[in-house]
This record gives sequence, C-alpha cells and structure tokens, in this order.
Amino acid sequence: MSSTEASTPPSQRGDRVFGALAKGAGITILVVLAGVALFLLVEAFPALTAPASELPDGKSLIAYVAPLAFGTLLSATLAILIAVPLALAVAIFISFYAPKRIAGTLGSIVDLLAAIPSVVYGLWGIVVLGPAIVPLHEWLADHLSFIPFFAGQASATGRTMLTVGLVLAVMILPIITAISREVFLQTPRKLTEAAYGLGATKWEMIRMTVIPFGRPALISASMLGLGRALGETMAVTMILSAAGVVSFKLLTATNPSSIAANIALQFPESSGIDVNVLIASGLVLFAITLVVNMTARWVIARSNLVNA
Amino acid sequence: MPSETEFEKVVDGVGEHSPLDLIERPTKPAERQVTEVASTIEVTNLDIYYGAFHAVADVNMTIPPNAATALIGSSGCGKSTFLRAINRMHELTATARAEGSIVMDGQDIYAPGVDPVEVRSKIGMVFQQPNPFPTMSVYDNVAAGLKLNNRKIKKAELDEIVEKSLRGAHLWNEVKDRLNRSGMDLSGGQQQRLCIARAIAVEPAVLLMDEPASALDPISTLAIEELISELKHRFTIVIVTHNMQQATRASDYTAFFNIEQSGQPGRMVEMDRTEKIFSNPTHQATEDYVSGRFG
Repeated sequence: MSSTEASTPPSQRGDRVFGALAKGAGITILVVLAGVALFLLVEAFPALTAPASELPDGKSLIAYVAPLAFGTLLSATLAILIAVPLALAVAIFISFYAPKRIAGTLGSIVDLLAAIPSVVYGLWGIVVLGPAIVPLHEWLADHLSFIPFFAGQASATGRTMLTVGLVLAVMILPIITAISREVFLQTPRKLTEAAYGLGATKWEMIRMTVIPFGRPALISASMLGLGRALGETMAVTMILSAAGVVSFKLLTATNPSSIAANIALQFPESSGIDVNVLIASGLVLFAITLVVNMTARWVIARSNLVNA
Repeated sequence: MPSETEFEKVVDGVGEHSPLDLIERPTKPAERQVTEVASTIEVTNLDIYYGAFHAVADVNMTIPPNAATALIGSSGCGKSTFLRAINRMHELTATARAEGSIVMDGQDIYAPGVDPVEVRSKIGMVFQQPNPFPTMSVYDNVAAGLKLNNRKIKKAELDEIVEKSLRGAHLWNEVKDRLNRSGMDLSGGQQQRLCIARAIAVEPAVLLMDEPASALDPISTLAIEELISELKHRFTIVIVTHNMQQATRASDYTAFFNIEQSGQPGRMVEMDRTEKIFSNPTHQATEDYVSGRFG
C-alpha cells in the first residue's frame, strides 16, 4: 500500500491534499471490502452452523452450494474458452490487419458491446440466440454425442449451458479485446523490426513479438472477464433452465444453476435460515472470485519476471 | 581450427590482464576465414520519400561484395533511411516509398511481385539498440529466423547452426553454458553480438548494420568492429556510423551523405575507398566533414 508514497514528505499544500485524498480513497476501498466480507461471514454464520435438517430440502450446506458453484464455474469457463481466442483474434485484426480508417470505428463498436445492459443480453439470449442455435444443438447432439459435453437430449428451446456460455462470452469480449488491443499496440518497435528484419511475415512477427509481449495483459484481461462471468446474474437467471444438478452436458434442458442466478431467483421468496444459506453461497462466490483474481496477479507477476 | 580460447593480443600495449580478455576475439582471422562469395548491390537512381517529403535523392552506388561499406554523414542526411531501403525495411513506415532500383544477384528488389519478406531474409539487419526477443532463450533467439516461413529443420541441424552462428558472432564461449537462459540476462555488448548471431544464422548475402555499436561501451564496440572485419569474408556489409574512427577501422569503402539544408533531400556526395575518403576526398564537403570543419 505504501509503495506509491513518495520517499520524501510532500512539502507543497497541493501534494498534501492530493496525498490525503488518494490515501482516503485507498482506505475506503479496504473498508468497503472488509465490510462486505464481514457482512457475508456474519449473515452466513447461522447457515454454516445449522444442522442439515433445518436447511432447505434437508441437505447439508455443501450439498446445496456445490452444484451452484459447479454451474458458476462451468458457465464462466465456457465463456472464457469461447471469448479469449475470439478476443485475441479481434484485437490482432483491429491492431494490425484492419485498414486504418475502419480500425478505430471497429474498436468503438466492440467497446459498445460493454455498454449493453445484461438484462438485454438475457432477453436476446432467450428470444434470439437460444432459438437460433437449436439446430446447432441438434447437430452437436447427433454427431458429437460421444463427447460427454454434447451427450443427452438436445433442448428444444436452446435455454442451455451452451447458450449461456455464448452470451457470457459476448459480454466479456469487449473488456478482453480492449485491454489486449491497447497492449499490443505498445509492442516495442525495436522488437517488431527485429522480427521483420529476419524475414518474418506479419503473422510471424505477431507470433514472435506481439503475443509474447502482450501475454501478461491478455491473462489479466481474461481474468477480469472471468470475474465478470462468474458474478453475472441477470443473463444467466433469464436464459438458463436450471435444475440444480451437477452435469457436464451442455445441450440439455437440465442444467446446473449458478450461485448468482440462484440468489436472484430464490431471495425474494426466502426467509429465516434460507436467507442465511443464500448468503453463505454468496460467500463461496466471493471466495472463488478472490482466488481467481489472486491467481491472475500471481500469473502476471511471474510472467513479468520472465520479461524483465 | 585453432582453439577458441587462445586469444590473440592484437592491440599494442595490452597487458596480461587487459579488459579486452573478457571478450571473445578472433584467433587468426586471415588463416581461419574461408571467403565465400557474397553479393554485389547495384543502386540506381534511388529516391526515397516520406509522404510528400523527399528524404533521399538520386543515389547511385555499387556496394562491392565481401567488403564493409560505411555510410557516414551528419544526422538527418538520409543515410539510415537509405540503409533501410536496401532491405525494404523503410516500408514499415506507412507513408514511405522508394523509386529507382536496387539490383542484387541480377534481381531488382523493387521489381513488381518481389516479396519484401523474401528480400529481408536475404538481406539481414542489425539495429542500433540490441533487440533480442525478450521472452526467448539465447538459443531460441539465434534459431528464431531459421524457424520462419515454415522451414523444417531437424534438431541436430539446428543445434549445429546455432553453435556456428554464435561462434561466428564471437559469443559461443560466453553463452555455451547458458543457452537456455533469457537473452536479456546478457550484457549490452553480448546482446548485440547475439543479434548479429541471429542475423547471420539465416545465411543472408548482405548484412546491414545501423550504428550497431553506438549504444555500447568501447570494449564492446571493439568486439563488434573486429567481428565486422571477420564477417566480411562471408557477407557484404553495409554499416551506418557516426563514429569516424569506426569507419576508418572497420570499413573498406566509405560513402559520404550530405544535406544542403533542412527540408532538402539528402544526397550521396561521393563514395570511394575509405583511406581516400579520409585522406584525400574529391569534394570539399567531404573534406570538411571528415576533418570536423563545417560551413
């Protein structure tokens, strides 16, 4: 925390005021974070200590949260697997291949995807994307059912884990693309020239210099996207036909729900211990997100060491 | 082949523990080198533009094979631009274009249909700032060019070329125990020799060097200069330098570029044997420049 402070005490009044403001902002963030964590812990406590018989459906807390955590991780992983290669391709295209005149416009359009409210994404998923990719579901179920992900009876509505993964991928695409694009353009010219000087084509130059240089940023951008996908509530709640199961089948009508979607669906009708259970599931989501972010930081710090 | 560890003391007055011992130096260049015939470059009526700005005007010169040709002149006279035009690197600047012809091995590199990627794999380049690829090991840096354009090379053959190139760049003994370490762990002078090894690994016919020693200390500079006098047995070398002593020490031919005034295009004033340029040049402007008198 103290690494940003100057080694000599600020003598100017402006410096002192700004320093105090910055410090205050930093402390506020810590206080808010601690407050949220404390709230989750205190409110989840009754659920953590109550016997299984008093919990919803008479299941233990772990048995209740596990399928939700599974659904959360599955949908977010699916979204990342789809979004990262796509974002990488879009960022490379905009940075190096698109004609200068349309590159800027194209970048803004991708950024605009981030401005669409998630409830709109939810509606779009139900009304447009879901029905539109029912044939894709059927084709995958018919031809690739030997892969466990594509096993089972394909859903007739398209309200499946696959659709959710696709919608989440579109939602996190802008953040990953924007960060990658900015970093790619900062690739030192002396490196790109070194590649070209050896007789590299543009694509080879990108592979040799731009991607290695941008990799830490791509990782951190992906983790930011993953964070958003893990916590996304509205789109998942609206699209998914959830059944509270643990299943890797992406195409069927019985899907695991996600923690956030489950809270949104159950909270209005809950009271007493049920509320504590929902908050306990929120605590699990908080912990998952924290671990993801810390892992991202660790990965980035490590690749920075390699680069330095 | 004589042992690599026998360093020859070629500089007068160098004591037993001279810092020069720290760098690898050629053992007897004349005996060791087998001259390979490199390429002649014929430049005819070359003009280079950045957008509307005429940067270099009407260059005509013959760059002889198996020799080092130095390009000298004040800043902004177009010598670096001209150097970059020899392997079409100037095209990386969106607005840059060249008119005229540069013929190498009977082929005009500016003829329609000639791929600049192909040109650059035959005409290698070493830059002012050492620029090894930071995420690659020493080994992978040298092998980088060999893996381009889908070339398939067996591991054993690759090992052999990497060693030969590092030996050729007088770097083998310093890095042979850390080939898998990052190229960024090396000193500046070592990094520059690594870049030279990387450039010569693809066996170009010509090696272009843009002030290759300007970012280096005097010892490393000497190492690069000795390397140049050895490499010219295998390659045609063109070197841009601001350092007059370097031009006299390392080159056989010198071309002097000049600019009349700011905004005017740079022109080549004359090209001759290096001794002649520095002792008895034909033009007054050259005389003024090499003797340090201007205006």
